[in-house]
Amino acid sequence: MALPVPSRKLNVSESMYLWEVVKGLALTMSHIVKNILDPDHFRTVEYPELRKPMAARYRGAHRLMVRPDGKVKCVACMCCPTVCPAKCITIIAGEDPNDPAEKFPVEFDIDMLRCIYCGFCVEACPKDAIRMDTRIYEINAFTRQDMVHNKSYMVNLMDGAKPRAEGVYRANHAQAPDGYTFDEKPIL
Amino acid sequence: MSLEDAVPYLIVLAKCVFAVAFVMNIVPLLIWAERKGSAYIQDRPGPNRADILGIRAGGLVHTLVDVVKLIMKEDILPSHVNWFYWFIAPVIAMSVALSTFVVVPFGDTFLGVDLRVSAMDGGLLYVLAMTSLGVYGIMLAGWASNNKFSLLGGLRASSQMVSYELAMGLSAAVIFLGAGSVSLQEIVGQQAGGLWNWNVVSVPGFIAFVLFWTAAFAETNRTPFDLPEGEAELVAGYHTEYSSLRFALFFMAEYANMIVAASVTTTLFFGGYNVGIPGLDGVGIRAHADLLVAGAGFLAVPAFLFFAFVAWKRQSRPFYKALAADDIRHREPKFFMALWVGAAVAHAGLGVVGLLGLPSQLAIGDMVIGPDLVAFVVQLTAFSLKVLFGCWFFIWVRWTIVRFRYDQLMNLGWKRMLPLALANLFLAAIWVIIKESYLT
Repeated sequence: MALPVPSRKLNVSESMYLWEVVKGLALTMSHIVKNILDPDHFRTVEYPELRKPMAARYRGAHRLMVRPDGKVKCVACMCCPTVCPAKCITIIAGEDPNDPAEKFPVEFDIDMLRCIYCGFCVEACPKDAIRMDTRIYEINAFTRQDMVHNKSYMVNLMDGAKPRAEGVYRANHAQAPDGYTFDEKPIL
Repeated sequence: MSLEDAVPYLIVLAKCVFAVAFVMNIVPLLIWAERKGSAYIQDRPGPNRADILGIRAGGLVHTLVDVVKLIMKEDILPSHVNWFYWFIAPVIAMSVALSTFVVVPFGDTFLGVDLRVSAMDGGLLYVLAMTSLGVYGIMLAGWASNNKFSLLGGLRASSQMVSYELAMGLSAAVIFLGAGSVSLQEIVGQQAGGLWNWNVVSVPGFIAFVLFWTAAFAETNRTPFDLPEGEAELVAGYHTEYSSLRFALFFMAEYANMIVAASVTTTLFFGGYNVGIPGLDGVGIRAHADLLVAGAGFLAVPAFLFFAFVAWKRQSRPFYKALAADDIRHREPKFFMALWVGAAVAHAGLGVVGLLGLPSQLAIGDMVIGPDLVAFVVQLTAFSLKVLFGCWFFIWVRWTIVRFRYDQLMNLGWKRMLPLALANLFLAAIWVIIKESYLT
């Protein structure tokens, strides 16, 4: 049984259609005139030349933080692989012979194909060793193997290890992140 | 057969080529206008990516790319179709659309040659006959596709065509009642001498125009009457099974039909090739050929300079600033600045040529072709502008009004338009009697 659709009876000018059509045409023409006069106000962003500024809290590709002496901050406490709901983080811990008091990650891999960008790893980290503040969203590769970001890649992510990614970062930030400098030559 | 004997045939051939070229050259322009216009109506930038050596021309290149794409695509022959009718359906759609144009006059005469492909006296009847044939392409496509959606599209097309043809014919009858002739050249000739002589400027004429134009939307299967295609209900309607260039034929036929419908409406209601300014009829244009060339030349200069200014201003758009220094698309504003400045210079030169009085003396041997050439260009421009506006109106309406439901379509055709057209014909008959008895 079909449901009754509530409808209103058209008045005389509406049932003639013509005046309503003219009103509609005037509306659409006003949009055309506005858009011809100002071609830069569209909501559409002309990616990749122009990019939307990302929000401050945007969770992009992960990077690993380093101490002033150049070692990674990570102490391989295994908090992030434990909390990770996608089980995409693989850490192989090791001991530094020069500094036996601390563990460090011999390997730190994140499978970006599995990552769901929830940010739990950042929240769980007691050492502020992993951050997702790069605002890099163009995470791509030609093979599945290349989609696994390893330790050196994530440490150097802001150093131009992946030029395109740095270009994205520069497009969104006026200054380089703490402890980093941009290359002189613009890449994008 | 000597060359002298061949001249009439060559003239007919040249006119045929011109008519086909006229329609086929507007088609890509309309596809572009459809895309860009719909985008601007919906607050999108529209096509702007494909480029030739960095020149994107606001998305015009996309139309060329589209042609290449359609040619390169696989032409699929489904196993379940009736192949003979399936093959000829797009050909019928396209050829009917093109052949309707042959009786439409696009100028009065050029060196004594009548400027329409076929100088038949029953031009209007021919137009009505050919537009009725147009439905065969769609009907055959729908039936031969052996597919229920296509069949429904074909059915809808034929019933819609039958319903709206009556109102269309009765509106056209108003015109030849007033003109006393069905020859399109004669109907256009009677509308010369100013805007107020156009057929649309009278009560029955205006009502006839509204009815004719509405019926033209149904005849060309454009929104709000594009039920044969009805992509929301029927996949793609009658051309669901077609691919590659066969689909392109249907696609082009739709636009060719729009051009023909706009041409016929222009001819019947908007004075055809007449400029609409008193004194600038066929004789007036030839008498003032020099002045016209000079005026058109100089008036175009500021317009082109304005375009050049716009192109210069576009250089500072955020898009160009974000491009790399060696990106070839930096050429685009410079190219258009050069183009428009060059056009301005050329038109200034044309203005000077007009002032010197050269156009009226232009001749090949003993044959003076200058005045006739100017008249041809002016009239063709007036005709083209009216036709292009008509075509733009089709596009404009498509992106404004939603599709009618099928019963609404039939109600509008049979219960509203047909009685109105009949009443209007009666009114027009009275109008003609009053005009002939008392006003002349």
